[in-house]
This record gives sequence, structure tokens and C-alpha cells, in this order.
Amino acid sequence: MTRHHRHLLIHLLVLAVLVLAAPAVRAQLYQNPVNPPATKEQVPLYQPQEKLVGTVSIPDEKLSVLVQPEGREWREFRSYWLRVVAGTLALGMLAALTLFYLFRGTIRISKGRSGRWVPRFGGFDRFAHWTTAVSFLIMAITGLIITFGRPLLIPLIGHEAFTSTAYASTFLHNFFAIPFTLGLILIFVIWIRDNLPEKADLVWLRTLGGVLNKAGEHPEAGRFNAGQKLIFWAVVFGGFALAVSGVLLMLPFSVTGIGGMQILHVLHGLIASLMIAVIIAHIYIGTIGMEGAFDAMGRGVVDENWAKEHHSRWYEEQILAMRANDGRPVHHRAAE
Amino acid sequence: MARMKFLCDAERCIECNACVTACKNEHEIPWGMNRRRLITLKDGVPGERSISMACMHCNDPPCAGVCPVDCFYQTADGVVLHNKDLCIGCGYCFYACPFGAPQYPQTTNFGSRGKMDKCTFCTGGPEVDNSPEEYQKYGSNRLAEGKLPLCAEMCSTRALMAGDGDVLADIYQERSLRRGYGSGAYGWSTAYGNADKGRAFGPGASGTKGS
Repeated sequence: MTRHHRHLLIHLLVLAVLVLAAPAVRAQLYQNPVNPPATKEQVPLYQPQEKLVGTVSIPDEKLSVLVQPEGREWREFRSYWLRVVAGTLALGMLAALTLFYLFRGTIRISKGRSGRWVPRFGGFDRFAHWTTAVSFLIMAITGLIITFGRPLLIPLIGHEAFTSTAYASTFLHNFFAIPFTLGLILIFVIWIRDNLPEKADLVWLRTLGGVLNKAGEHPEAGRFNAGQKLIFWAVVFGGFALAVSGVLLMLPFSVTGIGGMQILHVLHGLIASLMIAVIIAHIYIGTIGMEGAFDAMGRGVVDENWAKEHHSRWYEEQILAMRANDGRPVHHRAAE
Repeated sequence: MARMKFLCDAERCIECNACVTACKNEHEIPWGMNRRRLITLKDGVPGERSISMACMHCNDPPCAGVCPVDCFYQTADGVVLHNKDLCIGCGYCFYACPFGAPQYPQTTNFGSRGKMDKCTFCTGGPEVDNSPEEYQKYGSNRLAEGKLPLCAEMCSTRALMAGDGDVLADIYQERSLRRGYGSGAYGWSTAYGNADKGRAFGPGASGTKGS
């Protein structure tokens, strides 16, 4: 047998083995798929479909989440509960104030206007207040447009016009966050000393500031009464919570994952709903709710009788300070 | 009318990423964005499985539910599409989507994250079929040419399938029966609800036992 013949024989033998083994190999291929099965417990896909996180080879790490069922709850909040909460709080406050107005009317200065003015808020005070106030109003309205636009505005103005409105709203909402935060810091710094709680606040709160007393009896108060202090602290805490959650929403996934982003959105929406209701009450009592109140933030001065009625202790302090200052009016210390 | 669905058979997927690459190339998806991606579970340990994931084109899509400008719509084939002319890039659809499908050209959104982009099941968008405008905004429209999505057509192990849900379910059922086990049609109950499985089955349904 030559070497050539020996090679041929080996080849034939190999071929025979392969042919005979073929059904077994094929059966084995059917039996064993590409990925050999592990036990059921080892394979996450066999488990009930909860949150599944794996690994990805692309840079976007947050795409390693295979399924996140929390999105369903977030959707429920965004498309239902947020609208219910924001709508109920805002409309409820409006309804309550309307009833109050019908019952009590504008709270008059009981002795009437004196015609003499007492300086109350300097230019810097008013700058801080109106910077924050205008920014808040713009953000409240644009936020409401984004929240309620789909059910309320799209049927009125159509999809294309609403997209332009909503797009402008997102820009306004984001950029007015800057003056809002700056104004908030100013408000906090210049007014915190006069907003610290004191004993007189308890009396004021117990009598609700004398609001139900038509004879014009008022509990004494310093520069800010307990009601104003409540507004101050609501604005400080609520405002900073909105600012922080808002900045994190503007920089998505910078510090938290998708679950954190959903929670931030929920917090931002709920706090904003509360703040809108609080500010509606604040606007009411600062305008049509009380005679002479708007002058304080509008012109910076208040009527002497208004000052005596609502802020008796502060008024006395102003008189004393004025005497010590050779009869010239004294602007508040923070405004100097 | 067919109800178009994706089905990824994790028992067959070999994590080759051909579907990801095919999708990026076919639609010229910009750098940093992925309409389709591969996720590996338990990488390197027993029980490892890979699965190719993109928009599942849900019934009652959560993205459409939360969209403040109402820019989503569903075609007669069940494909979920959106109108980029209406999108304001708010990012809400990503928070709602169970599968992480929506993508944005910008990572921060001081102003806007840019128009959302996601898998179109190779069906383009609201523009005229196969027009340059449609390609520029939504990528190619293979369905209008009578072709199925390229990711599934490229799949060498036939792990990723695209097409009529009933047909896919039959194929998957046959595979599961032959193998003797199956992980269920992954994501189907999340995407289409327990009521809509065609003749298919989700996890826990009869026929698969192992799921």
C-alpha cells in the first residue's frame, strides 16, 4: 500500500464516521441551543418581569435598564394625579377666597386713610420681591401650560400652535429659574431677621390676625405678622425645593438615574402645586383683600393708620427711629 | 392587517451587536444615540442571556400617554411613531417608557434636549413615504418598500424577529416546544398587555411551562 492509498483510506474512514454520526450530531444541535440552559432560577428572563438591569457595551449606562415598570406609576402621576392635585389646590384656593371675599369683603382701614405715609419697603426690598414674584408667576403659568395644555389648549388652538407655545414655555420656565433663585436668596438674606418666630405670633395665629373682627381690633405685630412669616417660610422652603429639584430636572441623569428623575419630577410638581395655591392667597390679601396693603410693595410706603392697625409695634419702632434720626424717615436697615 | 411586533429569542442571541450596527447605519443615527441596543444579563456567570431591545411599539404606549404636546400616533400596522415637528424635547417619554427606547441628541436640557428619536420599525414618519425629508428626520422607510426592519433581517441566528405578531408567536412557540423550555416572548406582556398575545404567550401562559 502506497502512502497515497493510506491517506485515501484514512479520509474514507473519517467520512464514514461523520456520515454515521450525522443524525446524532443533528439531534444534539436541536437538543442544545446556542446558549445552554441553566437552571430556571439562574436566568433573569425566566423570572417575573420586574426591574431588570444588565450591562451594555455602549457608553450610555442608563440604557442598561432592560425594563423599568416604575414608568407606569410615573405615567399615572404625570397624566392624572398631577392634574388632579394642581387643579384642586389652585381652584380650591380660588373658591375659598371667593367665598371669603363674599363674606368679609375688602378689609378696610378701620380709621380710614390718614393721608400720611410711612416708609415700609425700600427700593432694594421691592427689587428682591418683584424679581422673585415676576419669575414665579412666569414659571407658574408656563408650568401650568405644560401640565394642562394637552387636555385644555390643544383642542382650542391645535397641535402646531400648542407646540410653539409649549416650546416657548419650556425656555421661559428654565431661564426664569435664574432670577427666581437670585431673588429668593435676596429675600432670605434681607428678611430672615424680621421673620424669626416670636411670642406675639401665637396670639396673632390664635385670633387669625383679627381677620374676623369687623371692629378693627388687631393683635400687635412687628415688621411682619405671623401670617406674613408663614408666607416667608413657605416661599423660602418651597422656593428652594423647587429651585434644587428644577436644576436637577434641567440636567437629567447628572446625579441620579431614571427612578430618581421620576421622583424629582413628582416632588417638583407637588411642591409647585402647593406654592401656586399659597401664592394665590398671598396675591389676594396683598391686593383686593385688604385696603392699603398693596402700597407697601407697590410704592414702598404705607398709610400711617394702616401701619398702626396691622403692625403697631413696627410703627412704634419707626417713630422712635425717626426721632433719633432728626425727624427724617428711616428706611429699613437692610435697605441702607 | 398585521400587528407588527419585535420578538427577541434570548436563547439564540449571541450578543454580536449586528442589529445595533445595522440600525445605526440604515438610519444614520448620530453618535451617542441608539435606537436599538443589546443588554446582557448576568454577564460572565451561569444564566447569562443577551437580549436586543428597542421600541416595542406597545398597545397603549406610555410615551404617548405622558407626551405634553400629543405628538405620538400609531399606524394601522400597530407601529408607534411620533411627529418630530411637534416634539419639544421635554424628555418625559423616556421617564415613562418601560424599555428605555426614546433617545435625545443632547444630554442636558437647559432649554431643550432636542427632538426625541426612537425606533420606527423602519416605518419613517408622518412625511411622504421615502421622501428626503422623511429620511432626514426619521431614517429609512423599509416597510413602504415591502421590507421588514433591517435589524431583524440581519440577525444571523434569527434571535431577533420582526413582523406580524401572530407569525412570530407561532415560530417562537415551535422553538420553545422543541427546546422544551422558553423564557416567554420577552417584554410582550409589558408592551401588549396580558390580553393581547395573539396566539402567542407571555411568561406564565400555557405552553411554555418554563416561563
